[in-house]
Amino acid sequence: MENLLEIKNLHATIDGKEILKGINLTIKAGEVHAIMGPNGSGKSTLSNVLVGHPAYTVTEGEIIYKGKNLLELSPEDRSHEGLFLSFQYPVEIPGVSITNFMRAAINAKREYLKQEPMSASDFLKLMREKRSFVNLDSKLANRSVNEGFSGGEKKRNEIFQMAMLEPTLSILDETDSGLDIDALRIVAEGVNKLKRPDTSSIVITHYQRLLDYIKPDIVHVLYNGRIVKTSGPELVQELEERGYDWIKNENQ
Amino acid sequence: MKKKNNILKKLANKAYEFGFVSKIKTDIIESGLSEDTIRLISRKKNEPEWMLEFRLTAYRHWLTMEMPQWAHLDIPPIDYQAISYYADPLKKNKENKNKEIDPELMKTFEKLGIPLEERLALSGTAVDAVMDSVSVKTTFKEELKEKGIIFSSMGEAIQEHPELVRKYLGTVVNYRDNFFAALNTAVFSDGSFVYIPKGVRCPRELSTYFRINAANTGQFERTLIIADDNSYVSYLEGCTAPMRDENQLHAAIVEIVVNENAEVKYSTVQNWYPGDAEGKGGVYNFVTKRGDCRGNNSKLSWTQVETGSAITWKYPSCILRGDNSQGEFYSVALTNNYQQADTGTKMIHLGKNTKSTIISKGISAGKSQNSYRGLVRVSKNADNARNYSQCDSLLLGDKCGAHTFPYMDIHNNSAIVEHEATTSKISEDQLFYCNQRGIGTEEAIGLIVNGYAREVLNKLPMEFAVEAQKLLSVSLEGAVG
Repeated sequence: MENLLEIKNLHATIDGKEILKGINLTIKAGEVHAIMGPNGSGKSTLSNVLVGHPAYTVTEGEIIYKGKNLLELSPEDRSHEGLFLSFQYPVEIPGVSITNFMRAAINAKREYLKQEPMSASDFLKLMREKRSFVNLDSKLANRSVNEGFSGGEKKRNEIFQMAMLEPTLSILDETDSGLDIDALRIVAEGVNKLKRPDTSSIVITHYQRLLDYIKPDIVHVLYNGRIVKTSGPELVQELEERGYDWIKNENQ
Repeated sequence: MKKKNNILKKLANKAYEFGFVSKIKTDIIESGLSEDTIRLISRKKNEPEWMLEFRLTAYRHWLTMEMPQWAHLDIPPIDYQAISYYADPLKKNKENKNKEIDPELMKTFEKLGIPLEERLALSGTAVDAVMDSVSVKTTFKEELKEKGIIFSSMGEAIQEHPELVRKYLGTVVNYRDNFFAALNTAVFSDGSFVYIPKGVRCPRELSTYFRINAANTGQFERTLIIADDNSYVSYLEGCTAPMRDENQLHAAIVEIVVNENAEVKYSTVQNWYPGDAEGKGGVYNFVTKRGDCRGNNSKLSWTQVETGSAITWKYPSCILRGDNSQGEFYSVALTNNYQQADTGTKMIHLGKNTKSTIISKGISAGKSQNSYRGLVRVSKNADNARNYSQCDSLLLGDKCGAHTFPYMDIHNNSAIVEHEATTSKISEDQLFYCNQRGIGTEEAIGLIVNGYAREVLNKLPMEFAVEAQKLLSVSLEGAVG
């Protein structure tokens, strides 16, 4: 299998403070990787650096995605190349309907791929089809992006957008936070339905419960800006039972 | 940060789309303002004596007035003697007295997207095209005439319908009203005249397109719209000017009379040259617009999208005189770079059960200053008056300013007056969220700003709304630094 993503010795800072201290990670097409770890270990920083958030500075190392130097691509081109982040805290965009927002996103990608803009009828058909993945109400689709949405609606909207954009590599950043068990199941089922042999996911989470629904192939533990443990799915259970303290102690 | 700087640079270098100059032989009178200037203008327009007197009275009053200083604007001193008050781009044909239209002039309006041939008309809109001081052409006049509708330039109306002009002109905006109203009354050139007779629903949108072309001239247009009992008209106005380093003065008056059960919709997309990124040049836009809802159950709705001009001073207002009359004001005012805008409305409730709505959306970017100034007055006899005002400000960047000056003057206890105001910013997080979904920063800003202004844009006629949306996006390109 080919490497979809290769992270080599990645160091990154925010406001001059080093958060990632040499990350090495390789993801092959079709794999689901879970990244777990205690709060403040750098999980969200890693996802933000991958999608090119301007607040973070990469000081060392490289990221190769589909054979390209990812760090040279703008955030929007990373998106066009199939990178998707389901945000931990999706922002509200008042006045911009989900429909208009998604149409702008889809057509920006098509422009990048030198394709004609999608016709209005094809687009609405696609919307309807993908909404059903996560049971997103049609009324919600006409509302402004995330405005006044509950926590569960926001996360469902993220997965809906993921379904629309059909990413090659999706990053789910704490998608389980703030979700009750029903919402968690809907979101996880949506993600599973979107899984294809050529697409990969990084599931970032603090707890085990999301991983009961989205089964990872490989589990990493991130601590203090480094990946300190990599193992099979059995590691999830071990972490659930023993907590993170033994990891911390091992890495003092 | 580097990328953002590039976007900013792109904005600075971006040409104002309508900034070209047309080479048209134009009859421009010498600059300077005196009674002789006014006599000359009046003579050139072949006006009756009463019109000249009307002008001179206003001029004499203007001499006693001083420029208003109360607005939140920094207005450099204006040398009124350095301006030419009349520029006529039509050439006179010696053989017959009819003026001929220079083909270059036709081309200019075509370039602006305003075809002056009826067969090319944009979704059936009738147009009065005004360049500098003169109306160039009015389309669909004959067809409208069959319904008794008069749609012509003001100059023509003075010649052909003096009784109507005399009856209404200056009755909504008196020359004593303010400094610029007095100046306009003294030197006004062309504008549009509209009369909708009783019971007639105007079958076409009427529109006037104002273009400043000549240098060192001022444009002083005068528009008068009369909607007689049970009539309806929707009127649109658009404006552009060439890019010049010198500031140009535009001081207009629009008067609207709305009689019983009549309704007037007045929409503006104002895109005068705003000056360059350093604040050099641009049009000074000092306008008095007012409508008088004289009849019972009359309705007047102002919608404006203001993106142009270096300085805007403008308060389209409604006098709600008739019982059950309604006034509306929907406004989007966008300022970028060094633009300044002080704009809003006055709703004067005089009749019983009168109702007014004010929706104002200010957008400030660059180093601009954007103020909403509005007055809601409920007089002693205006029982059950209702007003709802909502004034929102959106800030892009941290070097611009947004200000709100609401005034309420309530003299009747049955009035219900509500005022809401919000200030928001486009956040880095919102922009990044859009970027992550593949939407570039400029497009994201356009999307967010158009979403913010949607409530007002929805009030515009369809084609105008599309134009306005594009204009908002273009005017803001690179505005977030």
